Amino acid sequence: MKWRFCPLGDQALLIELGDQISSETQQHIQMFSHFLEGQRLPWLKECIPAYTNIAVFYDIWKVSQLCGKDQLPYEFVCAELHELLKSVDIQTHLSSRKIDIPVCYGGEFGPDLDEVARLNHLTPDEVITIHAAGDYLVHMIGFAPGFPFIGGMSEKIAAPRRKSPRLQIPARTVGIAGMQTGVYPIETPGGWQLIGRTPIELFTPEGEMPTLLRAGDRIQFKPISFEEYKQLEAEQS
Amino acid sequence: MIEIKKPGLLTTVQDLGRTGFQKYGVIASGVMDQDAHKIANMLVGNNEEQPTLEMTLIGPRIVFHEDCLISLCGGDIGPQINGQKVRLWRPIWVKAKSELTFGSYKEGCRTYLAIAGGFDVEVVMDSYATYLRAHIGGHKGRALQKGDQLSLKEKSRLSGKIMDSLKQPDKPFVEAQWSIPIQTRRPSNQRIRVIEGKQFSLFNKDSKIALFSHPYKVASQSDRMGYRLSGSALALSEEKEMISEAVTMGTIQVPPDGQPIILMADRQTTGGYPKIGQVASIDLHVLAQTKPGEEVYFEKISFAAAQRLYIQKEQRLYEYKKSIQIKYR
Repeated sequence: MKWRFCPLGDQALLIELGDQISSETQQHIQMFSHFLEGQRLPWLKECIPAYTNIAVFYDIWKVSQLCGKDQLPYEFVCAELHELLKSVDIQTHLSSRKIDIPVCYGGEFGPDLDEVARLNHLTPDEVITIHAAGDYLVHMIGFAPGFPFIGGMSEKIAAPRRKSPRLQIPARTVGIAGMQTGVYPIETPGGWQLIGRTPIELFTPEGEMPTLLRAGDRIQFKPISFEEYKQLEAEQS
Repeated sequence: MIEIKKPGLLTTVQDLGRTGFQKYGVIASGVMDQDAHKIANMLVGNNEEQPTLEMTLIGPRIVFHEDCLISLCGGDIGPQINGQKVRLWRPIWVKAKSELTFGSYKEGCRTYLAIAGGFDVEVVMDSYATYLRAHIGGHKGRALQKGDQLSLKEKSRLSGKIMDSLKQPDKPFVEAQWSIPIQTRRPSNQRIRVIEGKQFSLFNKDSKIALFSHPYKVASQSDRMGYRLSGSALALSEEKEMISEAVTMGTIQVPPDGQPIILMADRQTTGGYPKIGQVASIDLHVLAQTKPGEEVYFEKISFAAAQRLYIQKEQRLYEYKKSIQIKYR
């Protein structure tokens, strides 16, 4: 296992763990960020895991109190991290959580379902079947609170972004952009093709966990009817 | 308690940002000008974690329903109490029923109002900061509106002492005769120091030169999320698909149209555009006080110098804090 450090501004750095998106790199990133957050390092503010690296935000003032006068805070943090990372047993297998996301496809919830079908010479039902059959990995969370960057969608239902983005996409809408699929946790503007909506909240700021999904989760979409959607939505609130 | 009679252009409750939740995609938010926020709190005897009001360009109208100790720091957007000018960067005792308004604009862009004890707003995910798009934090997850009332928390002992030293019940307000020395808070010019970004070497030669030699104008679509700049277009030597990764405040990213964007307090947690540079933390407050329409010049600084100068600045802030504590012991 190899890593490289590089600065991200003057108060954070990146631990680079790969050059390409892969589930193996994803595992290592999960393991390392989990490990670092468990260390209770006084200078560690937070970690943001991404596809191929982990951003580590440090308290430069605290670090400056710990390191020597001739040492840069960045150098101190790199040296500390290097020692810590060496001690991680990368053989340990992190078990990933499996999460089902019920989706009511098409209709008012998925105004672009027909367009995605047409672009791929499929029927809307075939798009639903393919989308729901996928086994998806959450590589990272970004863009919006709880927004998952998901890998594993079939290229049979890929569709380019819309030429003019919508100004408002309702929360919990499921979309496709290129080879990616995702769910909008809060109302945001966006250019994705919208195929359905889930009754499940993905952003729960009052909860113990602010988001339903975390990097490393495996997810599956389950088609549900409009009635089931309404029922689940009522149960949520 | 204070009451908002007019909200101004954009007045929000902010703090030093929401730390620890960016991995869930929750943006940091927080003040744009951290220096002004920290000094404002310091002047009223608060710790720097207390929330302040960030007021943008056109200030609000605020009535104080009790005697308060306040300070105003950052850009000068013409603060007045009961129609009389008040100065920035110092503690001010304000008598109950007095009114804070903002008149003629002078310089900068954002003014911070700190109040002894701090505003009593809900903590969401360890922070007071308002996250407008997700409707959380601050006061009801939104910008302040007419009629909003904000309660105040218990004052610290230090706050009480500063307040007692200024109090003159026959006056509507009393300014302290001391202030935090000027050089920590205002840029000598608009040249903003920038460290090379992670993808700096992937940009073509002309772009690498242009960034540090041509002015860039802050476009009108700039806001708390980011400053869109217009000027010489920047381009990579050859096209390259980027993989999304974390970004931070001050990151200068370049979308395909070549016009750079500087990410600010309400930036998304991750981004996928190449990063040509990174504004050094020591100059982020300058940027925070730059208005749309103004021009900025960038100057290259080494990473090592950026870190060293930041520590020196924090050291100065620490010394100011200590001297206020000693003065009012």
